Amino acid sequence: MSLHVDVRLTARDLDVALDVATGEVVAVLGPNGAGKSTLLAVLAGLLRPSAGKVVLDGTVLAEGSGTFVPPHRRGVGLLAQEALLFPHLDVTANVAFGPRSAGASRARARTRALEVLAEVGVADLAARRPRELSGGQAQRVAIARALAADPRLLLLDEPLAALDVTAAPEVRQVLRRVLARGDRSALLVTHDPLDALALADRAVVVEGGRVTESGPVQQVLTAPRSRFGARLAGLDLLPGVLTAEGLRTRDGGLVAGLAGDPPAAPGGRGVAVFSPAAVAVHPRDPGGSPRNRWAATVVDVSPRGEVVRVRTRLEALPEHDVQADVTLAAAAELDLAPGAAVHLVVKATAVRLHPTV
Amino acid sequence: MRPRGAVGRRDGAGAGSALPRWVLLPAGAGLALFVLPLLGILSRVPWTRFGALLTSESALTALLLSLRTASVSTVLCVLLGVPMALVLARGHVPGTRVLRSVVLLPLVLPPVVGGLALLWALGRNGLLGPALSVLGIEVGFSTAAVVLAQTFVSLPFLVLSLEGALLSAGDRFEAVAATLGARPGRVLLRVTVPLVAPGLVSGAVLAFARSLGEFGATLTFAGSLQGVTRTLPLEVYLQRETDPDAAAAMSLLLVVVAVVVVVAVRGRRSAP
Repeated sequence: MSLHVDVRLTARDLDVALDVATGEVVAVLGPNGAGKSTLLAVLAGLLRPSAGKVVLDGTVLAEGSGTFVPPHRRGVGLLAQEALLFPHLDVTANVAFGPRSAGASRARARTRALEVLAEVGVADLAARRPRELSGGQAQRVAIARALAADPRLLLLDEPLAALDVTAAPEVRQVLRRVLARGDRSALLVTHDPLDALALADRAVVVEGGRVTESGPVQQVLTAPRSRFGARLAGLDLLPGVLTAEGLRTRDGGLVAGLAGDPPAAPGGRGVAVFSPAAVAVHPRDPGGSPRNRWAATVVDVSPRGEVVRVRTRLEALPEHDVQADVTLAAAAELDLAPGAAVHLVVKATAVRLHPTV
Repeated sequence: MRPRGAVGRRDGAGAGSALPRWVLLPAGAGLALFVLPLLGILSRVPWTRFGALLTSESALTALLLSLRTASVSTVLCVLLGVPMALVLARGHVPGTRVLRSVVLLPLVLPPVVGGLALLWALGRNGLLGPALSVLGIEVGFSTAAVVLAQTFVSLPFLVLSLEGALLSAGDRFEAVAATLGARPGRVLLRVTVPLVAPGLVSGAVLAFARSLGEFGATLTFAGSLQGVTRTLPLEVYLQRETDPDAAAAMSLLLVVVAVVVVVAVRGRRSAP
């Protein structure tokens, strides 16, 4: 086990436990303000946790109110949204900064810097000043600078978010190559599922300062167990308690569905996940089987290519939005507009029931 | 990545709504308040004897003393002010607000009061006077007193200027430097100081100018002994009745120095 984290930071309402294996890249997904960047700051040593433990390769970096290794002795690299190259140093000196700080001679640090710059594919920028670089170039130099310090753990805080559409793919390629070598663990904070798929082995979802989901990226994006995971995947999700008949929601209603993978154990917390395409919208209660039928109010209607996405609020569970995709013709016929009262029906065979943490 | 906010600010600079015209009237009156006295000096300067007046023995002595003391007090301001600004901007120490108010005090205190305060603290009969006497140090009415008085009034300029630069630079570069393995000392010297160098230079220039113009605190704490404590502003004050021509020439010299300083600082600030 390379990185073991189990920390609390009361001031920021953060309570996170996670493990990262050597060479593993873990994507940290979550809505804005969920505590993702706070988590990285705790790992980098820029914030002191109020309780808990951070252990990297057997070294305790922070423990309760006692041990606290300062950032410069952690061997934890940080790459932010902005490159943050030191503006008063040229590219080579920026990349040589890490080796120099570790005590390397000027010549050796320079050699190492040029080596890493070549590795990242920006050897031609060695003599430039940061202000002469484009956003993508600057970010690649920043990657080189972080790597040159030879960190045991690399923290990437939305490294592609500030780049334009042409620069992002290039930098993503560089990161892919750098992370695929398998000798360095990394945490990648992102809001882009594509980044997670392209770069990470595993994903954790952080919501409200807690890990709400953890698993292979593919699984988080296709069979989400968290609200944010469902939002990323474009799926509907209702939480509740699993029973033999289905998922019991907070209002006492029952959601019928197929057991997910792994099969849900009755009695535990779980979620019902279904696609908006599987949600049928009716103007009046269609009757029939009582299962998976909800009265709802339309909140928002937006066209999405061939279909219209209707966001609704369930009368019984107003804290959860359920989205439905209907055809343009159906939307016109139903006269869907915000405030309209509708009835939603989802076939039990279209619903997956997953256990959650 | 370029900071987007800065570009936006520059783009939007010309897009403000128009000013009401009447604003120009008081603004013009204010400007006249600055410009008229300058014209007053120019009208009094005896241009034919200008060189001779400035090179008279007393003027030269005062000028050299002023340059020497102002230089030393600027160095002192940097040595004391840089750590103070760092503590204010980055120290995360409790009571920063109170500390900042204390630093501001010499800026709003009448310099004469500052001089008296220094005298009562460090003078022969002051708080620390007896202790200093035992050590053989007599501060009052010496060149050292001039430097102390100048440092007292100039320090806030350097501290505030540098603190502003530190706050606007933010600590993100420093955080990155730390994650790259740089010890706090290395971060300070290799990252923080170079980043705020423009702020440090303009703060030092302002402190030098303020030291050069110091009068009230110097007079009360250091007195007016030719060659020892009589700096250029004191010389101007002394000569204003006995030799107004010399006073006007020396005044003009001080004005020129002030203009050079203002231009230097503004040039620094508007540089990218």
